Amino acid sequence: MSVIVGARSSIVRSAFVHIVLIVYTIIALIPAIVVLVNSFKSRRAIFGSPMSLPTPDTFSLIGYQRVFERGNFLLYFENSVIVTLVSLALIIVFGAMAAFALSEYEFRGHRALGLYLVLGVMIPIRLGTVGIVKLMASAGLSDTLTALILVYTAQGLPLAIYILAEFMRGVSADLKSAARIDGLSEYSILFFVVMPLIRPAIATIVVFTMIPIWNDLWFPLVLAPGERTRTITIGAQSFVGQFLTDWNAVLAALSLAILPVLVLYLAFSRQLIRGLTAGAVK
Amino acid sequence: MRSAALSAADAEAFASAPAPKRPVRWHILVFLAPAASIYTVVMLLPLVESLWLSFFTTGADRSVVFTGLGNYARLLLDPTWARFFWNALRNNLIFFAINMAVQNPIGILLAALLSLPKLRGRGFYRTAFFLPTMLSFVIVGFVWRLLLSPTWGVAKSFLSFFGLGAWFEPWLGQSSTALITLSLISVWQFVGIPMMLVHAALLIIPDELIEAAESEGIVGFAQFFKVKLPLIWPSIGIVSMLTFVGNFNAFDLVFISQGSNAGPDYSTDLLGTLLYRSYFGAGTQIGDPYMGATVAGVMFAIIFGGVALYLITIQRRIAYYSF
Repeated sequence: MSVIVGARSSIVRSAFVHIVLIVYTIIALIPAIVVLVNSFKSRRAIFGSPMSLPTPDTFSLIGYQRVFERGNFLLYFENSVIVTLVSLALIIVFGAMAAFALSEYEFRGHRALGLYLVLGVMIPIRLGTVGIVKLMASAGLSDTLTALILVYTAQGLPLAIYILAEFMRGVSADLKSAARIDGLSEYSILFFVVMPLIRPAIATIVVFTMIPIWNDLWFPLVLAPGERTRTITIGAQSFVGQFLTDWNAVLAALSLAILPVLVLYLAFSRQLIRGLTAGAVK
Repeated sequence: MRSAALSAADAEAFASAPAPKRPVRWHILVFLAPAASIYTVVMLLPLVESLWLSFFTTGADRSVVFTGLGNYARLLLDPTWARFFWNALRNNLIFFAINMAVQNPIGILLAALLSLPKLRGRGFYRTAFFLPTMLSFVIVGFVWRLLLSPTWGVAKSFLSFFGLGAWFEPWLGQSSTALITLSLISVWQFVGIPMMLVHAALLIIPDELIEAAESEGIVGFAQFFKVKLPLIWPSIGIVSMLTFVGNFNAFDLVFISQGSNAGPDYSTDLLGTLLYRSYFGAGTQIGDPYMGATVAGVMFAIIFGGVALYLITIQRRIAYYSF
């Protein structure tokens, strides 16, 4: 193969690669874009010209207006934020403590305990639903955010312990010995010496556990379906189900549900992708 | 499996070693107590209890009666239950097969293209491809239900743009196509995961290896299949496992877009939606926690069996071949 032919074929090849990538970009993005764009249009325009952008003629916020009149979306949003943040904090703190104990000390049964805790990575917690509902009912926690927080914490701990323990094994032993000689307690060593050093691992866990918690439908449906404890997913689900024929409101409600995820994702996508490709940075 | 054997050996070594005189290290207990207790009380014990409850049923006088494997026999053999169970199991297998057959090749193709050296816009493409994975099932389910709805006709006008308008059918509304359509929506949502994991695996292949292949004249497709593919098998194995567990635990997408009756005519019913209906009831049928526990027990057996099979056979072989 001569050099010139090689160069030309490489241009052709690169064009071909970009065509494939752009086609898939369209497939990945179009559905969300169609919904977002149409949520700003009047009912007539939604049906008349669904693929066009809103014009001054067709622009309308009626859907959003109806959502805020009828739905309690601010409350749902608040519930979702509380559940997600508290669960995340508990997963990180308790997960780091357990991971530190497992990676730092030798004690009787420590391998068996590690195996026991990590077992949960492969078993979906949903299969224990019948038992969880009974447990929460007997503890008087039905229809509370606490029930959701406990379930999500239990579900997130195994993976967090696994990842954090891996990273903690990489923290230099000299550093910890030096801290011990300086008289720091084991607690201070974990929280002030080790934790700051494994921030990338913590960021990975935050992103990985946040998404399934924020997006979960099953446990809000099963444990906390009441109006006061609704999360944004179940709020959107019941709102859309109820007003399915009101296309303006449905599109607006879906757009409102997409927006926080979109903003968070665009803000953290670099971090997330780094976490997913962890160890791959050459 | 191997680590279990190892831990047993360790425990023995610990037991036989003379115990060193040391003060009780309370901090270890403090470190472990919160995680271990929440995990045990909220996850493990309810799971065990659910499995245990599947051996019971409600007696004539509303008392709880032990029935052994009676519920399982009912679920698998009694026509009122068996009809739904085998239908859901069959649908679940189809759902899994389509996910594996479509999602993995697309994910690997996208990852291979993204990993090409000197590719422009890599970050943009990666962000775009992973976006559907971030969206909740509520959004994904309703968005596709709207897009494919004949009332709105977006899909139809989209197809007409390419002159394919006649191809449009209400895919989610026909029992012959609804399950395949939902499987493809699930592929659309989760293709980002194989893409990302395979992409990561491709990035860590040492440059020297690629250079060596190039100096041998192995380039392009041949290079991908002969050099890179064998190195990303472990990632493909992990992706398959995640897909398996996710698919046999799936519920949300069907519930959102087709409702708890997994219509039309139960053609999209999965084990997850069957679990929901058995536990909460649907329509005129009253929910039965014991039958719910039984469905969960079958799901547990399938998932646990699949994971164990994977760990014993495939992963061991991968460990053997990799360096």
